[in-house]
Amino acid sequence: MRVKNIQSTNNNMSDSPYTFDGMTSGGDPWYYSDIVKEHFFNPKNFLKTDEEASFKFDGLGRVGSPACGDEMVMWIQVDPKEDKIVDCRWRTFGCGSAIASTSMLSEMVKENNGIKIDDALKIKPQDIMTRLGGLPDRKIHCSVLGDKALRAAINDYFHKSGQHERGMVEGGKIIDPILKITDHDIEQAVLDGAQTLEQVQAKLKVGVGSPEAITEIEELIRFYKEKYFGL
Amino acid sequence: MTKQIYLDHAATTPLDKQVLKKMMPFLQNDFGNPSALYNLGRRSLKAIAEAKKIIADILACTPNEIIFTGGGTESDNLAVLGAARANRAAGNHIITTKIEHHAVLHACKQLEKEGFVITCLKPDKDGVITVEQIITAIKPDTILVTIMYANNEIGTIEPIAEIGKTLLKYNTTERQGKQRVLFHTDACQAAGTLDLNINRLHTDLLTLNGSKIYGPKGVGVLYKKKDVKIQPLIVGGGQEFGLRAGTENVAGIIGLAEALRLAQNDKEKENTRLIDLRGYFWRGLEKKIERIKLNGHAEKRLPNNLNVSILDVEGEAMLLYLDEKGIQAATGSACTSQSLEPSHVLLSIGLPYEMAHGSLRFTMGHSTTQADIDYVLKVLPDIVEKLREISPARLGMCESKKHPKYKQ
Repeated sequence: MRVKNIQSTNNNMSDSPYTFDGMTSGGDPWYYSDIVKEHFFNPKNFLKTDEEASFKFDGLGRVGSPACGDEMVMWIQVDPKEDKIVDCRWRTFGCGSAIASTSMLSEMVKENNGIKIDDALKIKPQDIMTRLGGLPDRKIHCSVLGDKALRAAINDYFHKSGQHERGMVEGGKIIDPILKITDHDIEQAVLDGAQTLEQVQAKLKVGVGSPEAITEIEELIRFYKEKYFGL
Repeated sequence: MTKQIYLDHAATTPLDKQVLKKMMPFLQNDFGNPSALYNLGRRSLKAIAEAKKIIADILACTPNEIIFTGGGTESDNLAVLGAARANRAAGNHIITTKIEHHAVLHACKQLEKEGFVITCLKPDKDGVITVEQIITAIKPDTILVTIMYANNEIGTIEPIAEIGKTLLKYNTTERQGKQRVLFHTDACQAAGTLDLNINRLHTDLLTLNGSKIYGPKGVGVLYKKKDVKIQPLIVGGGQEFGLRAGTENVAGIIGLAEALRLAQNDKEKENTRLIDLRGYFWRGLEKKIERIKLNGHAEKRLPNNLNVSILDVEGEAMLLYLDEKGIQAATGSACTSQSLEPSHVLLSIGLPYEMAHGSLRFTMGHSTTQADIDYVLKVLPDIVEKLREISPARLGMCESKKHPKYKQ
């Protein structure tokens, strides 16, 4: 990961293990909300070792890499008649919020006997965050990946079932091939108040694993800032 | 409440009871301003003089060479910024390392903006900097070399005495009648365990603080050799020879001196105990957890420091699970940092990103017992096992064994 901003403060180990910029629950200051905690310590629907051979799936999606700090894989089972995802499994390498957000996403997919594919494609990081009861600011980038892994799995299903015309669901142009972050994500980050490359990276991690994309990311930030704020 | 096992002594230490006892009078009755003429003030002044004497005896210097500051970061800043700015006429080149604390690295970044040129030496895979690297990097306009005594993350000890001796020789032969190359070391992590005798280390500037040696937070020392010129960062009253203005933190100063005295008195015995315990800890981890690696030098390291990388799992996730079990440790993973970069130290010693993300740092202390280590050895393998099952990294662990479900 080569972040352009070499001056950014990195306080990992130097003094405190982590800063409490999160929220409190029941008087006990904790980094994450109770819901995040529950999904982190008791993750739902992840692919257990003994399920590896037995879980039948129709689509597989994968984003990120351990080198980026987060990697997610999502397996989905589809009922083609109903055009619904009826079951799913996942695996995540990442921090507390990465694990919790994928777990929550899997619950969102499975609840009410499954989710229509068209509805699944509409799930945004913000939706997962809301269900989690919020995340600390600088943790938001983690949940960005869950919905992308799900979309990648759906795309894989479209591909495998010959529905190629539905394959271009992403709509946006992929800017960061490793994290599968599109121009739409950058647009959303700018609308959420990010003004600089560093601020967009703090939200999306974009370009961290793909430094060659930095120039294009900066151009997009300028473009969206002018478009929405006339700066 | 679960039993709490604190294994983050490199972050900070609890205040020693004996230290607190020494500090108490100055937090209550003896509150006088040391600059005041009346008896109450003079008592504070005397106490500060005594604290300087205690520290000077340990460092084998004179009390006039001890400057009290607001902590380790301030001492590092004062040494690096202060020495560079005051000696600019003699040159603008500074030598440091990639694994310094940010208190030094960010000060160097600031100096770069002011027109100084910084050479940042890369350590070897164990985090060691050699004398040869420094000598090779010296240029005619080099004015300052700043190298930490021991690294806060991986615990690697740098050959400060050897560097000091070599620079002394260099200065005597090559810099006759000219401004010598000054040598600063950040000894915050080393203060409780290593030799601080200036006659053996040959440093011109040396940073210490209270919060890593069971002393109070918010108080530091900068040792400054008599003839070394530095420019102050904080101006106002004439305290600390005009080099650090502001009414002295009397209680903090008393506490720091007492903490340093205790630490240096007990260091041999405590070092032996911790080295044994660390060996026991590491052998246990190696036995119980697969795909684990020791970070930093195997022997040349702080007795209390164990830094490891565990593959396929992420540091913050492990820390949170450990915290739930009452164990406090640290990680170099990006997920705990404000920026998105993992530890600059782990990257500098050539660790790949995924290994830096999976790093854990345990730093033991006075309170750590073998029973504590046994508890960690019981709990951690299960945590790793659980997180590895959630992690996709294991699916793609090796090409030949790659799971069919993972093929795209």
